[in-house]
Amino acid sequence: RVTGVPPQVIPGHEARSVEALCWAAGERLFGAGLGGDITEYDLARLRAARPVDGCGGPIWSMAANSSGSQLAIGCEDGSVKLFQVVPGGIQFERNLDRRKGRILCLSWHPSDTHIAAGSIDALRVFNVCSGQTVQRIMVNYHVQKVKRECIVWSIAFLSSGTVVTSDSFGRVQFWDWERGTLLESHTVSTSAVLSLAVSEEEDSIVVGTSTGATYQFQLLPVKMGSLEKRWVRTKPFQHHTHDVRAVAHSSTALISGGLDAQLVIRPLMEKVQKKGYDAVLRKFTFPHRRLVSCARKARLLLFQFSQHLELWRLGSTDETGKDGEVLPLRRMPEHLLQLKSKGPEHIYCSCVSPCGTWVAYSTASRFHLYRVQYEGDGVSIKKVPKVPKLLLPAYQLQFSSDSSSLFVAAARGSVHVLQLLEPGGCKHLHTFQPPSGSPEAVYLLASSADGHWLAAVGGDWAIHTYNLKCFKHHCAVPTYSCAVTALAVHPVTNNLVIAYSDQQLFEFSIPEKQYTAWSRMVQNCGLHKVWLERDSPITHIAFNPKNPSHILLHDTYMFCVLDKSLPLPDDSALLMNQSTLKQLPETARQRQLHAFKICKKFQPLLFADLLDENCLVMVERPIMDIKTQLPLPIQQKKFGT
Amino acid sequence: VSDQKPLGCWSVKHGQIITCPVVCNFETGEYIAVHDDKVLRIWKNKDVNLDKVFKATLSADVYRIHSLPHGGPVVLFKGGGVRTLDVLLEAPQQEIENVISDEVIKWSEAFTEGQQPVLIFATEKDGDFFVYVQKLKMNSLHKYKLEQHELSKPLSFTAHIKNQVVTLLCLYSNDSVYKVLIPLHQNTEEEEQILSKSLLLNLSVSGSVLKGTSLVVLDKDHIAVLGSLALSGEESKECLTIWNTKFQTLQTSKELPLGTSGQLWCYEEKFFFTHGKVLTVIMYKCETSSLAAAVGKLKDSQTSDVSSFVNWNTLGDEELVVSFQSQQSVALKSESKMTLRSKRNAVAKVQPDTLSVGQLLLNLKDASTTVFEDELRQLVSKAQMPDFQATIGCVVTALINRCKTNPKYYPRNFLLQIVQTRDLSYSLCPDLMAVALEKKDVHLLQTCLQRFPDIPEEITYTCLKVFLSISEAYLQRIDVNLESVICYIDIEFNNKEVKTEIVENGFNAELEQDIWNTKITKETHLMADGEFCPVGPQKAALLNAVLHSAYSETFLLPHLKNLPAQQAVLFLRYLYYLYVKCSEKINTTLPGIRSPTINQIMDWMCLLLDAHFTVMVMLPEAKQLLSNLHKFVRAQVRFYSELNKIEGSLRELQRLNHQKDSQTYSIEVLELI
Repeated sequence: RVTGVPPQVIPGHEARSVEALCWAAGERLFGAGLGGDITEYDLARLRAARPVDGCGGPIWSMAANSSGSQLAIGCEDGSVKLFQVVPGGIQFERNLDRRKGRILCLSWHPSDTHIAAGSIDALRVFNVCSGQTVQRIMVNYHVQKVKRECIVWSIAFLSSGTVVTSDSFGRVQFWDWERGTLLESHTVSTSAVLSLAVSEEEDSIVVGTSTGATYQFQLLPVKMGSLEKRWVRTKPFQHHTHDVRAVAHSSTALISGGLDAQLVIRPLMEKVQKKGYDAVLRKFTFPHRRLVSCARKARLLLFQFSQHLELWRLGSTDETGKDGEVLPLRRMPEHLLQLKSKGPEHIYCSCVSPCGTWVAYSTASRFHLYRVQYEGDGVSIKKVPKVPKLLLPAYQLQFSSDSSSLFVAAARGSVHVLQLLEPGGCKHLHTFQPPSGSPEAVYLLASSADGHWLAAVGGDWAIHTYNLKCFKHHCAVPTYSCAVTALAVHPVTNNLVIAYSDQQLFEFSIPEKQYTAWSRMVQNCGLHKVWLERDSPITHIAFNPKNPSHILLHDTYMFCVLDKSLPLPDDSALLMNQSTLKQLPETARQRQLHAFKICKKFQPLLFADLLDENCLVMVERPIMDIKTQLPLPIQQKKFGT
Repeated sequence: VSDQKPLGCWSVKHGQIITCPVVCNFETGEYIAVHDDKVLRIWKNKDVNLDKVFKATLSADVYRIHSLPHGGPVVLFKGGGVRTLDVLLEAPQQEIENVISDEVIKWSEAFTEGQQPVLIFATEKDGDFFVYVQKLKMNSLHKYKLEQHELSKPLSFTAHIKNQVVTLLCLYSNDSVYKVLIPLHQNTEEEEQILSKSLLLNLSVSGSVLKGTSLVVLDKDHIAVLGSLALSGEESKECLTIWNTKFQTLQTSKELPLGTSGQLWCYEEKFFFTHGKVLTVIMYKCETSSLAAAVGKLKDSQTSDVSSFVNWNTLGDEELVVSFQSQQSVALKSESKMTLRSKRNAVAKVQPDTLSVGQLLLNLKDASTTVFEDELRQLVSKAQMPDFQATIGCVVTALINRCKTNPKYYPRNFLLQIVQTRDLSYSLCPDLMAVALEKKDVHLLQTCLQRFPDIPEEITYTCLKVFLSISEAYLQRIDVNLESVICYIDIEFNNKEVKTEIVENGFNAELEQDIWNTKITKETHLMADGEFCPVGPQKAALLNAVLHSAYSETFLLPHLKNLPAQQAVLFLRYLYYLYVKCSEKINTTLPGIRSPTINQIMDWMCLLLDAHFTVMVMLPEAKQLLSNLHKFVRAQVRFYSELNKIEGSLRELQRLNHQKDSQTYSIEVLELI
């Protein structure tokens, strides 16, 4: 199940574009890019670590051998270099035979004896032992008329000795590497075929093109029962609007990712045994993490971009109206300030305090705190000097509800508590750590409205609660086998509401150190089937200060007011029943009411929060807006236009 | 082949000559070569020096070795003897019998049929060709003699086996491919049967002839021929061609400017041949042959400059839809035969080709009816004459003149055939319709109305009058084209369910009903007499033809005023019926081919009312009809004005919706219950 773990994000770096990623030596992740470095990623601390210079100019490709003990990189200067994966890093091993022409793609033979490398106009096969080029195949031998260069974008080396290439002429070709002959050629597109991936059984291939289409090839018998098999293009899919830069082939699905910022999981229906979650097409567009924070009291929104922050004041109205009406604005929303992050690093996390006077953000190596002052219509901002030296990066920032302190989620399960001082200073008060220690970073924080409690979730999915009055570890919430996607402390009851990636909801009383009765009831009755089958996780939880039984939850496609005072719906009931209810007369409604009041009017939702008891703020991020900012896809003629 | 690299290369010693193609034994992976006619060499991939590999010297000269996928290689000796390689290797020096005396083997091929190898080879002696079929296991040999052909001789052979029958295709030097069938299960030990051949394909395309050198069979309907295409007056070009034998068309061709060796091989849907100095491999795909594909391809290929006009009449056999060119020759042939006959009849003394049409017609003036018709039929079938249209006009005029002079003569079917198949016009044969009206040939009139673009209004009117006046009983005996009415008319035996319903734009029947309910329910019982067609289907079809014809109001109106009142009412009733029928459908069109459109119906209705309004108002039986019509039209007008209002509102809603979308910030009221 793909949503088992919400994606962890390692923020990028302006100068380090990533061209290739691969897993090696178990669960170690390596990346290489046009910066010329090979970087290992520290997955516990979610940051890049130990960059090693490839010494071959920009790196276009990287591949690990089947045992994960060696990495091969393909460089701009035409060299293929081998690195040994050793504990704590990688070590340069040797250069393979170097020829002119950048190496755009690499693939190891499953036996690790040979490497196939795709370049411009040619592909080469290296013997790993001798380091010699043992075969060189010109891929555009027959296309002399067009003097365009043919770029081999992607390559795969099958155990049968067949080399599969995809190129900028839109061809997928199969080569016999030993003889250097073309076995089969399929032109799938008029534009480039950028990526390809082979299934583990080597009987199916998925390719991605620059028109956003993906195609599946399958190795099928020429006739029923015949031993002779051929590659046949079987299924075309068009889920992307732009370049498909990466594809993967799992045992039951084709996975593709494109420049249009979408990750698509297309199940192979013939491999899926039963109709269920796995049999449904899944599309992921948004990072499942909080990029917007809200100053409830000051009615401000802080938007986090990769290298800057924007602070906006919400507009207002004097009018009221009926359901569905759009009210005239008295005051337009106002862009108060834009804060540019210095340096090439991307922003990890940011937060605005509830009163709106403090703004904090962190990058991989720096932490910044600002004091914002509002004078009439003007805004002035002052950087807080001398912030305490902390273990960086910070993974999550959270101001206390009275804006007097800031909680900084850090590596190894620790949470720093900073005291904010007027007129613009801060002091390190305490650092919480789970009693048994943890290697993973804290990625979610929640504090209680009364300033008494703090809850923190680490990468190991353990939830710890701390007492802020006496700076002591209070208790740990019983562990659950899924990742926490959102949590919040109820302002009145100090109950901790937790949403897990399997869409389960729990309510844990911090003072009583146990699940509440309502939570037990929910677990006994079970949540509605439709609720559990949603594929985007709850990313934020908020409460209605005037009605303690109301909990606001939202994911990308809906927000929901969960009314604990109402019965839970059973599977036979309609979960999204708002439009039905609106058509019923008042008297008939009562029998139909259930706890989940879901609204799908606004989507895709980036953020939703409750400003006061009758005021919600929603941030939509229309896909069209994202697409208009992308470079134009390859123009393709649509029929009839 | 994009990257040609030799994977292995072996050579014999200087002075030795390889005398037959090297084959690969698929079972053992060995190569077998013969040099100096008698010396056999067998080696494997890893062997480097051919001199050191296995060698066997045989007692007779080898013609060829055939390798079969299941079962070892078969060796054919020049004397016609056949041995499997295994048998041969046991005793290389064994005696090989001479089967054929002085004949020379020209071609051979081996097959596996029902687990046993079959070898076929063709020999020549003094211009006679013989075919031998040798079944190795049974040790049976059959000799056949190929049917002689006067001037040409076979150049190339290819064969395939299906259902115990060998199909041998021979490419002859007269640029034709002949098919010879040889049954495999031949038990009688007859001496030298003669094989008869049948013409399969003529290798000619639009005046140019393909000089084939070799051919292969692709599937049951396609063959490939490699050869040179000799265009008249131009240099010949070598090309590879694929022919459809079913439809006798050239499917595709590829020019090979660098020249070939004249040999063509084909394995696993790929052609192999030498082109210049390289071996070229071309993949092909034969789609199921269909007439549409054959004709469609014809347009794409080189013949596109020739008109694709096909004279269907001259085709005796529909299967033999020959390309335009071969057709012409067929036509010419039959014609020459005809002239011979007519010479004997002493009617026409000169060949029609050299004779002008006018003269011919003059000559025929006094000929007997059958001769006259025969000649004309022949003239009509010649589709390629320069001013064919005019000729047809002359022919029809001649026919009509004959009709006029001889009142008993009326070639009903011939006239109909000409009108149906030719693009005639009224002005080409002005008397035709007049005669048809005189003879009350309504079918011809219907066809003319449908086909002629330039019928004068007077004639149109006369047709209408005749159609309306003819009794239904008379019409029922007449064959009329009913395709324009059959889809909507309520014939008595035709139940309502049979009516074809066209539902468009996602409207379903219920929805449709909703729309119409408000209006139709009232009308249906009001216009009870409008429900059923006031005329029979034959008459309706004829009237539809009138509705379809082109006219100009100003010229038609004066004539229309002369229409008798009763007929005018009947016509109006029919038009009203059509109008109601039309309005039943969402798309206001009547189903069927050449059914009248709503505009035509409305125009005619208006025209008829203009012409006869005063009479109609006075006429008691027309009153009810007029009032129904009025009500129906009024209801329609109301309905459409309502629709217009809705359209306006919808557009406004859309505009509002659009406005809302463009806002990036809004404060909305949302009620959650």
